[in-house]
Amino acid sequence: MSISLEKGLGSVSSYLTRRILYAFPILIGVNFITFVLFFVVNSPDDMARVHLGNRYVTEDSISNWKSERGYDKPLFIALDNSGKKVFTETIFFDKTVRLFTFDFGQSDSGRDISYDISERMWPSLLISLPVLCLGLLFTLSFALLIAFFRGTYIDSSAVILCVSMMSISGLFYIIGGQYLLSKLLQIVPISGFDDGIASVKFLILPILIGVVGGLGHGTRWYRTIFLEEIHRDYVRTARAKGLSEKGVLYQHVLRNALIPIVTGVVALLPSLFLGSLITEAFFGIPGLGSYTIDAIQSQDFAIVRAMVFLGSVLYILGLILTDVAYTLVDPRIRL
Amino acid sequence: MELVILKTDALFFILIAALLAYIFYASKKEHLARPWRTVLKRPIAASALTILAFYLMVAILDSIHFHPEIEGTSSDTPVYSSQVVSLLDEVLKPINKNIETTYSAPFALHSYSKESRESETGQIIRDYPRLMHAGSHLLDTSEVRADLIMRSLSALGYWIFAMTILCLILISLRVVKLKLMVAGRQNLHTFFRPSPAQAAVITFAVVCLLISLVATVGPYYHILGTDKVGNDVLFQGIKGIRTGLLIGTLTTLIMLPFAIVLGVAAGYFRGWVDDAIQYLYTTLSSIPGVLLIAAAALMLEVFMTNNASDFESVTARADLRFLCLCLILGVTAWTGLCRYLRAETLKLKESNYIEASRAFGVLSWSTIGQHVLPNLMHIVMISIVLDFSGLVLAEAALTYIDIGVDPSMESWGNMINGARLELAREPVVWWSLFTAFLFMFVLVLAANVFADSVRDAFDPRIRELD
Repeated sequence: MSISLEKGLGSVSSYLTRRILYAFPILIGVNFITFVLFFVVNSPDDMARVHLGNRYVTEDSISNWKSERGYDKPLFIALDNSGKKVFTETIFFDKTVRLFTFDFGQSDSGRDISYDISERMWPSLLISLPVLCLGLLFTLSFALLIAFFRGTYIDSSAVILCVSMMSISGLFYIIGGQYLLSKLLQIVPISGFDDGIASVKFLILPILIGVVGGLGHGTRWYRTIFLEEIHRDYVRTARAKGLSEKGVLYQHVLRNALIPIVTGVVALLPSLFLGSLITEAFFGIPGLGSYTIDAIQSQDFAIVRAMVFLGSVLYILGLILTDVAYTLVDPRIRL
Repeated sequence: MELVILKTDALFFILIAALLAYIFYASKKEHLARPWRTVLKRPIAASALTILAFYLMVAILDSIHFHPEIEGTSSDTPVYSSQVVSLLDEVLKPINKNIETTYSAPFALHSYSKESRESETGQIIRDYPRLMHAGSHLLDTSEVRADLIMRSLSALGYWIFAMTILCLILISLRVVKLKLMVAGRQNLHTFFRPSPAQAAVITFAVVCLLISLVATVGPYYHILGTDKVGNDVLFQGIKGIRTGLLIGTLTTLIMLPFAIVLGVAAGYFRGWVDDAIQYLYTTLSSIPGVLLIAAAALMLEVFMTNNASDFESVTARADLRFLCLCLILGVTAWTGLCRYLRAETLKLKESNYIEASRAFGVLSWSTIGQHVLPNLMHIVMISIVLDFSGLVLAEAALTYIDIGVDPSMESWGNMINGARLELAREPVVWWSLFTAFLFMFVLVLAANVFADSVRDAFDPRIRELD
């Protein structure tokens, strides 16, 4: 037992090293795409003009702005240098290396990005984490209930309900929820955010809408997973040895179905930090989602670069965590 | 009339041609026709398909664009307007031409907001002005109820007339079938079973009833009210169909070749090809999708401001932006399918028949064409129909944060975006939102129901479960 566990851990650590090394070229690629997207139509000069305001901009102030922010080098290739410097003396190299050390620097409008991110991470988490937990609780219990009544009218009408709920636009849930709870019943404020305990009343509505909006899709998805398990041989065996339907569902089906469920959830965990763009925009929550959208609209390349980089790191982290979770939950799987 | 073919129109027609070619091809091949028959055996899928067919018809009508002729000019050669209109605009002209000044409620005769005007005695009074077009044929506003009932009844009359003819045709077909079955000494049980065709016919009848109501009442009233600048909301809702349908289908059309070629190549050739392709899709999928779309939208915005002179009309400009949105949505969407296809190809490559084909020295590409691709088609089919509804919903959400379709383009996202603040008014302006959500809901629901049936029929795993 201990030998196989040690072996397993060894393979996990070598696997992790491999994956982390593999992440580097991917992150460089991500950065490259961001650079191309931003600079293919938009030269650093254009960016400087946008930030300085289009009128009364002299050449001096543009080059000043560029050199302050390190945009005065060539983009990808510095031909007037020699040797290694052809690639190192460029904006791309400079900015990418800084990102890899998680030194996000200052935004183009002069704010400290790391500080902004650490501030704005919490509002995003305050919404996305409860939405995930409550959503999981409700969808799993509903799905288990439907699986219990499979093949009956309860099952088919629940599936119809789920498909209908899936077909409603997320915007409808948001607008309808704001109208019903905030305007007609006046239980919670429509939008906004506050610090500390006072923030609870602002959080209720977005969390509620997040949970309700995901109910249809989640319930149906987990129902499929449960039904897939119910058709397996071991369930037949469990029934044959005389277990009740409830016992079969809780002791066997639920535990085995947890393998795809847990691994699916683990993949989502890192991206919770980034928050939901649409929800944050609608409810005026100062999270990372609205931070990114604001940055894109004001063409703040430094923030966009940092957020894309962070998003990719978290995504890759999610992939690695999924694989690790698989081996932990299901001992048959080796990395 | 001078035809204008927008870029998206051309792609849409290519798509329809491909669809027709596929239907023709599939009807000849039993292994393709059989799952489709299973799909259509479900009454609910047949009914969903009928609704989708109506949406498709509207989208096709709305994709035939032209410059209308300006009448009453003195020159011999016809003069064309620079405006681009579609066939649908012409068909719906009775509804579309009634433009009011501002909001008005469904079936209202008076405007939503008060205006100052001079009364007969010369005093300035503030009240709700009569709408210019809705119910303008009525002298007395109290007649509106009777008038509506009369018009609905006439619509019902037309509908009953059309349905009687339809029923007669269907009944005679049934009689012919019954005679054939009796002559062939077949079991008559199958004849009386409720059939999917009945579901389709009932759906068809309901949609026809709605159309006849719109046709008789629509020209005289604003059935779903008017928006901020007085345009008919029902008309906007119908115009949104093209945008919704195109974003769901064009995106798939654009991404499909990449996903198939790269996925199959990665799974089949392995080695450095596999590494390169895996690197490509992992990189693309690790960029958060919304950020990629937002960055592309911004880039396009800058490009269009710099090259403003290249676009001859607002429509062409909006069209290019729409195409780019489809393109970038395609880029974010293909990675998932590509990964599936790669995994499935890896599995297929181990199978005996592909080993045999390779042992005989058949060229790689023809092995792929003969043995691999046909066995992947069900995955492609399922992913097309499953992605569709998500894309339609995504359009609205993206347009809301200003990275979706052009504001000048009629789409449900733009309708929602324009009306979302109006719920704060008193009385509430709900009809724009209602219309957009209703049209979207019907399309997405039909697509979801249809997609479920397609998945059940094509997915071998689910087929085994039943």
